[in-house]
Amino acid sequence: MTKDLTRRHVLKWSGAAAGIAVAGAVLPNFGISAALAADLGEGDVGVLNYAYALEQLEAAFYTMVIASPYEGITEEETSWLTDIRDHEVEHRDFLKEALGEGAIPDLEVDFSAVDFTSRESVLATAQTFEDLGVAAYNGAGKLIENADYLLAAGKIVSVEARHAAAIRDLVNPSSVAFAGDDVVDENGLDGAKEPADVLAAADPFIKTEVTAMSLV
Amino acid sequence: MTILSTVDLEITERLVANRREFFRSSALKLGALASAPLVLAMASQEAFGQDLPQGIVDVLTYALTLEHIEDAFYRSGLEANGLIPDEYVGIFNQIGKHEAAHVAFLTTALGSAAIERPALDLTAGGKYADALTNFDTYLTLSQTFEDLGVAAYKGQAGNLIENDDILQAALQIHSVEARHAAIVRKIGGKKSWDGAFDEPMTKEEVLAAAGPFLA
Repeated sequence: MTKDLTRRHVLKWSGAAAGIAVAGAVLPNFGISAALAADLGEGDVGVLNYAYALEQLEAAFYTMVIASPYEGITEEETSWLTDIRDHEVEHRDFLKEALGEGAIPDLEVDFSAVDFTSRESVLATAQTFEDLGVAAYNGAGKLIENADYLLAAGKIVSVEARHAAAIRDLVNPSSVAFAGDDVVDENGLDGAKEPADVLAAADPFIKTEVTAMSLV
Repeated sequence: MTILSTVDLEITERLVANRREFFRSSALKLGALASAPLVLAMASQEAFGQDLPQGIVDVLTYALTLEHIEDAFYRSGLEANGLIPDEYVGIFNQIGKHEAAHVAFLTTALGSAAIERPALDLTAGGKYADALTNFDTYLTLSQTFEDLGVAAYKGQAGNLIENDDILQAALQIHSVEARHAAIVRKIGGKKSWDGAFDEPMTKEEVLAAAGPFLA
């Protein structure tokens, strides 16, 4: 148990950190208590926890957005963002249930960089999260061994892509932004990011120390 | 436009020389060198399609069939004078660009096994006689094709699970189709989604829906 907790101290979630941890080295944490630490775990559990962490982040974000709407929010925007919040909560709860006892704890989030009174700030953050979610699932599919889990991830990722497109159209109405050249490449392919890159991008929004010791 | 046209020639030549070794390296290593599409393009250079298991060739051929329908649908729509309102031309151009890229991508991946564009009937035997003259009909069909594409790719993911590069590329197409579906639904005055989870469709279900558009 003590050893377990020590291992969980292992550093922030990055590819480098994961590599070092896998090699067995125990590195000092950075003053964050063990109670707030979580390791994603190995194999499919690790991938599902990875998705669960991102869905927790999204669900928490949109819960805030709806609880404290930005200035000048329209009825239509409230309706769309409420739908998105509900979807993210469903994704989060679905993954938590699928993981059962293997689920990581509730993550503590940090949205201090977001100005929830500002439409621009909220929608820019939403766009970041949605595009990141799409790229995360796209990059993680190959890490999944079980076809049922792969399908479950597939059922979620296309909804994230729908969110991404809708949010992008709120930011840049009636433009090609919904599937802009900044996210879809010349082969018509959407983004795909490795866990280390996704976790590094999500890191500023999550207080809980999360390690991906086996998920490379 | 071929996939390789976007890649620096010198790098391409170097990688092709080490193709076999290259293709065996880990996904992580590949990430540092090149994207999955490049790997696919390279692999297909020497009739890689022949080396692919038949199961994967079947999935990619099925995907290519659907992409051909979408590609033709948007080409025809954009060529039909006055069909697409000016404010949406840019959006449909973007969608059409992606579908054309998907056709090119899958054709390259399949190499010599790639099918030509099948003969199509965008009116589905007259059921949608005004498909290319009435924007409402066009929009309905567009949404149908996009949502169908999402469900189709999703339904095949499990069949690609043994090939990381092809699975990832298919997922990357899958989410683009979902972005398309989202905007087309929005133009049609609908929500961009149908709940928190998108359901898959089997090949049989998809072909039953798409079949009427194959002449």
